[in-house]
Amino acid sequence: MYMLKYILKRLGLMLLTFSVIMVICFVLIKKLPLPVPKSFGQDLDLIFQRREQLGYNKPILVQMWRYVKAIFQYRYFGTSETLKPGKDVWEVFVEKLPATMIVNIYAMILSVPLGLLFGIYAALRKNKWQDHIISTGVMIIVSVPSYVYAVIIQFLLCYKLGWLPFQMNLKAGFLTWEMFKSILAPVLCLSFGTIAGLTRYTRAELTEVLTSDFMLLARTKGLTKRQATTRHALRNAMVPILPMIVGEFIGIISGSLIIENIFTIPGVGGLYLDSINALDYNFFLLLTGFYTFVGLLSNILIDISYGFIDPRIRMGAR
Amino acid sequence: MSKQYALADIPAEKFEFAQMGETLSDKKLDTKPIGYFKDAFIRFRKNKSSVAAAVIIILLLLFAIVGPIVAPFGMEYIDNFMRQKTPRLKVFAHNDIPFWDGCKTETINESTYWKYVAMGEEMGQDVNPIKKVYEKSETVTYIGTAEKRTTVYKVRLDTYTMDGAVYKNLTETEYKNLQTYQNETGIQIIYPAVPETEGGIDQYNANSWYDTKNKLPKGINADHTAVDEWTNLYIAYTGTDGYDSLRVEGDTPLYNYAIKKAGNVYRVRVNYNRYFEYINGKEANFIFGSNDYGRDIFVRLANGARFSFLLAISVSLINLSIGAVYGAIEGYYGGAADMIMERVVEILSGVPFMVVVVLFKLHLANKVGMVGCLLFAFVVTGWIGMAGRVRTQFYRFKHQEYVLAARTLGASDGRLIFKHIFPNALGTIITSCVLVIPGVIFSESSLSYLGIINLDGTKVTSVGTLLADGSGGMLRAAPHIILFPALFISLLEISFNLFGNGLRDAFNPSLRGVDG
Repeated sequence: MYMLKYILKRLGLMLLTFSVIMVICFVLIKKLPLPVPKSFGQDLDLIFQRREQLGYNKPILVQMWRYVKAIFQYRYFGTSETLKPGKDVWEVFVEKLPATMIVNIYAMILSVPLGLLFGIYAALRKNKWQDHIISTGVMIIVSVPSYVYAVIIQFLLCYKLGWLPFQMNLKAGFLTWEMFKSILAPVLCLSFGTIAGLTRYTRAELTEVLTSDFMLLARTKGLTKRQATTRHALRNAMVPILPMIVGEFIGIISGSLIIENIFTIPGVGGLYLDSINALDYNFFLLLTGFYTFVGLLSNILIDISYGFIDPRIRMGAR
Repeated sequence: MSKQYALADIPAEKFEFAQMGETLSDKKLDTKPIGYFKDAFIRFRKNKSSVAAAVIIILLLLFAIVGPIVAPFGMEYIDNFMRQKTPRLKVFAHNDIPFWDGCKTETINESTYWKYVAMGEEMGQDVNPIKKVYEKSETVTYIGTAEKRTTVYKVRLDTYTMDGAVYKNLTETEYKNLQTYQNETGIQIIYPAVPETEGGIDQYNANSWYDTKNKLPKGINADHTAVDEWTNLYIAYTGTDGYDSLRVEGDTPLYNYAIKKAGNVYRVRVNYNRYFEYINGKEANFIFGSNDYGRDIFVRLANGARFSFLLAISVSLINLSIGAVYGAIEGYYGGAADMIMERVVEILSGVPFMVVVVLFKLHLANKVGMVGCLLFAFVVTGWIGMAGRVRTQFYRFKHQEYVLAARTLGASDGRLIFKHIFPNALGTIITSCVLVIPGVIFSESSLSYLGIINLDGTKVTSVGTLLADGSGGMLRAAPHIILFPALFISLLEISFNLFGNGLRDAFNPSLRGVDG
């Protein structure tokens, strides 16, 4: 019961924060001057008339009210002005979402087991050469910006060796080999960072647990090293690691702008950048809300999953 | 018991004073006092990788400071004919070492090969783009019964001379000066020009005299040996005055060296590599190569590095001041003030950074410029981390006895905050200040890379812009453009992270004594 109360409280606070952020963003975005379309064949009078009808010239609070009402009544987030004129932004957004998600889901499937494995191995071989190699690799991958090794992978695998295609194969089904092959390069780039982060975190947590007193007790009472590690050390080390993975899983929805840009994945990131360049404010507002929401949600889920995994934290929350 | 008696039996004269006539005082300390920072420095010095990282950072800083000064070409330098030149060091280039010599290894077809050979024949072997032929391979394909031979050459190609000749419009004085220079030095720059009336020739391509056309060989020997190589190709254009592109032999004043155009403009055909040397007074030599616009990457990288460092350090300092004050107030007063201020922090940190930057750019870029709104964007959300750290430190220290003692003695809030508690947080603050720098440089370069901000000016540029210049299609055409910016930023990030970790270990008192 207290868990439910805790969750509800956190969700309420999150919604409050979200609304405040969105109100600020809404005002700031609506205050921007609307671009005047210059392309050939567009009737300016018609466009201005349409904007008038949509209430673009009304006071900001009225606009906000109309915006929110339209969202709740018709799931209508506005119409694209410049990027894809006349299209419903929500529909375009939903169209773009799968490409982003598929890449990130593959990346997670690849990186979570590998990250855990490397981390555990490094922790068990602490201060031996295996640990040093893994730690150095992690240090380099964490430090070097993702676009640098994205560019290296693209140059080597896609261009020099020609093993992988340059672009995502959208025609293939989501679970086919062609699809997998066409997104392998971005998946690799995305997972490098996650693997390195997870390895570092797992190693740090596990080494701390391995040196604690209860491990000594477990060995003293007769467990083998393997038994002690799997039954006691790993379980305790997982307490902070699992929420981190949960957070990453939520983060995959928003994806990585830069990797999507380099590998020209037709996903949400590309849409976001295009909307910025084309000054399409309806897209921009929707995607701003989306990214903000995903960010806040992942934070909350991390906190809540802490409570579910570890009874001590759950009790403390009461 | 017996011992006590034994002691009493010692005669009095056997006793003497340990100190007689001396004043007793504490021993003077001969060792130097080790303060907090000295202690941290000693611990930092033990960490070899951090020291190495610090040295690399200093070198990169030196590059950023000195680079723009010593660079042979300025920021505003741009040359259309010097696009995509590969990195070149004079030492390697002059000694024909096939590394960092302004060349690239490429496989070219036969007509291109002969074009370059012809270039060398006319203008001299020093401007022959083909430095070395690695391999010549021939493939035979059959079209019906007809046999077609394709020959490709794998060559080391000098990117600086491969553009050969270009047309330049000079004024009369410029033309005369150029001729005087030729006479004085004996270096030929101007080569016979093509009259504009000449039919069939690309008037804008000064190299069209070297163009060759493939021709199917008429007779092939039974054993498939090729006929003479030159006969496979013939020069595409022949002038009406009776000569082909190779006009060095018997060059007479008969030929046009310039075409006079309206307004006293002389159109001359010059070898660009040599003309460049004449105009700029120095050899065409870009240490880091040139980009797709014909700009020198070395000076731009040094300038971009300077900009990135300046931006990062100022962001770090501003964040430090705002975050320290904010965190101090939050942590010191606690209670309702803390709660309200934490909500503000929560809201600000909930806004994705990208959104902040874009909004600032759209609202303010016209008023304060790109650099200004970049700085604003970094500051608006950047101080949050610093405030959080300072707040934690304040919570740790504010209830300690010495603070209570100072308060009892009548110290004001301000004095308690800045004199008594704040110095305790100094180590943490310095560490996070240093770690902010690579973060800012990384974010800035990502933003420039994505094209959200564009700093491709003649005054200011950034490393991210340089990276963006070399990505996409350029990655295939000229991978060297991205090489040095990527190397720079990777080195910078790695060394800053190592340095920051070393600092954190050195300042963190909980590690004291652990490493012996």
